[in-house]
Amino acid sequence: MSATLNRVGLPRDAYKGAATTLCAGCGHNSITNHMIKALYELGIEPHLLAKMSGIGCSSKTPAYFVETAHGFNGVHGRMPSLTTGAQLANRQLIMLGVSGDGDTASIGLGQFMHMIRRNIDCTYIIEDNGTYGLTKGQFSATADLGSVQKKGAVNTFQPIDPCAVALALGCSFVARSFSGDGKQVVPLIKAAIAHRGTAVLDIISPCVTFNDHDGSTKSYSWVKDHEESIADVSFIPFFEEVHVDYEPGTVRDVTLHDGSHILLKKLGEDHDPNDRRAAMHVIEEGRAAGHLVTGLLYVDPDSDDFATTEHIPSTPLKDLAEGQLRLTQDEFAQFMSEFA
Amino acid sequence: MTEPIVNDLTIQAATVNGSGSQTANLVLTRAIFKMGVPVAPKNVFPSNIEGLPTWYQLRVTPEGYMARSDRVDILVAFNAATWRDDLGTVRPGGVVIHEESYSTADARTDVTYYAVPFSKLAKSKIPNETLRKQLANMIYVGVVAGVLSIPWEAIEHGVKRQFLSKPKAVQVNLDAVKVGLDYWQDNFSKQDPYRLEPMTGVVEGKALVEGNQAAALGALMGGVTVAAWYPITPSSSLCEYLIAYSDRFRTDAKTGEKRIAVVQAEDELAAVGMAIGASWAGARAMTSTSGPGISLMAEFAGLAYYAEVPVVIFDIQRIGPSTGLPTRTSQGDISFAYTISHGDTKHLVLLPGTVEECYEFGRDAFDYADRFQTAVFVLSDLDLGMNLWMTPSFSYPDKPFDRGKVLSKADLEKLGGEWGRYQDVDGDGITYRTLPGTDHPSAGYFTRGSGHDEHARYTERADAYARNMDRLSKKFETARKALPAPVTDESAGSAIGLIAFGSTNAAVVEARQTLVEAGRPVDYMRLRALPLSVEVAEFVERHEHVYVVEQNRDGQMFDLIKLALPPDLTGRLRSIRHYDGQPIPAEAITEPLLQSEAVAI
Repeated sequence: MSATLNRVGLPRDAYKGAATTLCAGCGHNSITNHMIKALYELGIEPHLLAKMSGIGCSSKTPAYFVETAHGFNGVHGRMPSLTTGAQLANRQLIMLGVSGDGDTASIGLGQFMHMIRRNIDCTYIIEDNGTYGLTKGQFSATADLGSVQKKGAVNTFQPIDPCAVALALGCSFVARSFSGDGKQVVPLIKAAIAHRGTAVLDIISPCVTFNDHDGSTKSYSWVKDHEESIADVSFIPFFEEVHVDYEPGTVRDVTLHDGSHILLKKLGEDHDPNDRRAAMHVIEEGRAAGHLVTGLLYVDPDSDDFATTEHIPSTPLKDLAEGQLRLTQDEFAQFMSEFA
Repeated sequence: MTEPIVNDLTIQAATVNGSGSQTANLVLTRAIFKMGVPVAPKNVFPSNIEGLPTWYQLRVTPEGYMARSDRVDILVAFNAATWRDDLGTVRPGGVVIHEESYSTADARTDVTYYAVPFSKLAKSKIPNETLRKQLANMIYVGVVAGVLSIPWEAIEHGVKRQFLSKPKAVQVNLDAVKVGLDYWQDNFSKQDPYRLEPMTGVVEGKALVEGNQAAALGALMGGVTVAAWYPITPSSSLCEYLIAYSDRFRTDAKTGEKRIAVVQAEDELAAVGMAIGASWAGARAMTSTSGPGISLMAEFAGLAYYAEVPVVIFDIQRIGPSTGLPTRTSQGDISFAYTISHGDTKHLVLLPGTVEECYEFGRDAFDYADRFQTAVFVLSDLDLGMNLWMTPSFSYPDKPFDRGKVLSKADLEKLGGEWGRYQDVDGDGITYRTLPGTDHPSAGYFTRGSGHDEHARYTERADAYARNMDRLSKKFETARKALPAPVTDESAGSAIGLIAFGSTNAAVVEARQTLVEAGRPVDYMRLRALPLSVEVAEFVERHEHVYVVEQNRDGQMFDLIKLALPPDLTGRLRSIRHYDGQPIPAEAITEPLLQSEAVAI
């Protein structure tokens, strides 16, 4: 049986990576599979993909998809700066960052925030399990107040909500999802990649070993019971035509700068994804009600990314030759004479 | 009157920072330089925006010495708060130009005073009220011009040169200088021996350039396309010059597109991260900082070393530890920069000793980083970076970029896709890399700071780890031979040798002349890079005593040299250290050396 090829002529297997070394049942492995599906269906050319990560369980996962792409597993909490530099060096790269809650909300909070402020063109996925897995189960900064550790300790600190932080900083794309909800995660990953600017996607991803017990608010059962999706998300890439039948007023259509569409089908109350204050409100309401609100919270499809505001040419800076970088002999001589 | 003293004097202007005195000092510097008289300015400024004392020392010697001197011949006292202390620094027979209202009761009688009513003159003669405070400084330029007979054309040149971008300011400034000059001519007769006379032979073909300007130009000529930085004295001006030069030379006039990205990062950690990310993706990338900044960069420096990502890090050293004295110079980051980060980490370090080398090393650092796929530190310092130095014009590069071992799509096709990122194919320890975006299915690999094998795969195997570390050592040895060799002058044929590096060179040049006159000529080796060249041990072997001169407390370079020597040679080493934050003067070398040698005899 021949495999179905995508628009760049690659089978789904071309998007696989090395075998995972994470625990069986880890939410991160589901996200890896969602990633493979999204990248395959989008027809991303592996050589243009740059997989970036920091340190932790989540940050290992770029090794587990698109093995032929370049990846960079840097230092803890500093993936945003590496991503910023790589993006500036070559604007043609598709920057895909994978981080965790410790990597993002604790050691890397500063870089996370400044990446958002600059609106670096990248997808930033947080595989959020509220715990430090590799170091055996300490609370992370996204753990909810009152949530209970495996050995019984109760978290006494307020959580840092990466989505609320991102919104406060004017992030141009903010979404939340659940690793077990592939129908929602896959279109959100696609939309995040298509979006020009920083796209933050906080995916609650249960840690089966250290944070999947009663009293945890990041367990499979808790999230399944408390997830409240604000809209059904579907993504139509620019190379496909939109032909969806829906009743007027039930679906919002967001057109991204590359011509792709995000279709949002109303579930309960209508949420306008272009309204940042409404997004904040939705998060706060959910929190007050003890729900986990998921879906596309906010998007500004017209935002300019950092390289654009910095006037960086589309030709990769790395490809500029001596002639485009050095002063000419005449310019050099003139310049030196000005020091005399 | 005593014998005239011509073109051999040091002017010290004691002023208040933020008052515009720096402009006056620069006008004076450029005017004297225009006369063909060599100048060596040193700006001693506080870590403050406005109101604290600042001193500008302008040294003039017929030989063109560029080190600082402790000797003050002419004091321009323009700061009431430091007046008494400043007066104490003037050498006997010197000149004191001071604000008339400063009391000279019970003051020294071995100096010549010229009391000038600067404030009154400013009030009565400078009509522009908003500029009065600034222009008042120009009045002392006029008085100094009068005392030393600086020709008016030279003053005019100095003012015009200083206000190149603001030609409207030229006349008001010249008028203010004239106020001072007129006052001197109308009220004083020459009582002191100091004079400046136009001369030839030293400054022809030379320019006045700051090391940070030179390094910025070097980086531009070296093809930097991504620079990330966080403001810190005394490094900030390097990236600020880079921005200014990029606006001029790297910006498309029609589209506004920039052939460089200069990012002001949120901290030094992010700055070096951006540079490493950019280098990984194939750009020539740099950051520039000072001591506290490289402390923050420690973890990333280890990543660059171990994952083998090129990056250029300029460290314009200031005095530490901790915040230290942010506006004072030092060579205190030598041992730290060399091994910064945990584990068995070591780095390539370039040690420019002149502004010309700030340019050359600033340029070539990118070749070394790409060639050796590692971090390259360029260690300048506040003295070299922020003061103006006389320098020959820089030379246009005579070779293309060396981008090192990078496999293209065509290379990969030729290899049939068979390659290993960390495989030592050529036996020099340097392996091949590919850049993201290379359109070949086997181009991609996973870069990581964790243990990896020859194919960049994660491994915890003991043998793979050790093999990789040994190869990194081999690469370091390859680099040792390729970095700028020491510059050696053994023309003295002396049994005594001197080893120095960086901005200390200026004091050594002068000290060697003094030592010749004292009947103790010395040979000289100027180091230009770490790891140390094998020539260092050979130099020590050829001399009975070798003095290592440096600007830090602990003799950091002395220690590194000692470690590099066979045990039977280490006893020949002596250490001379200067670490008060002021640029080292020649006497700080000659005095301890002569003392030590006298004992040795």
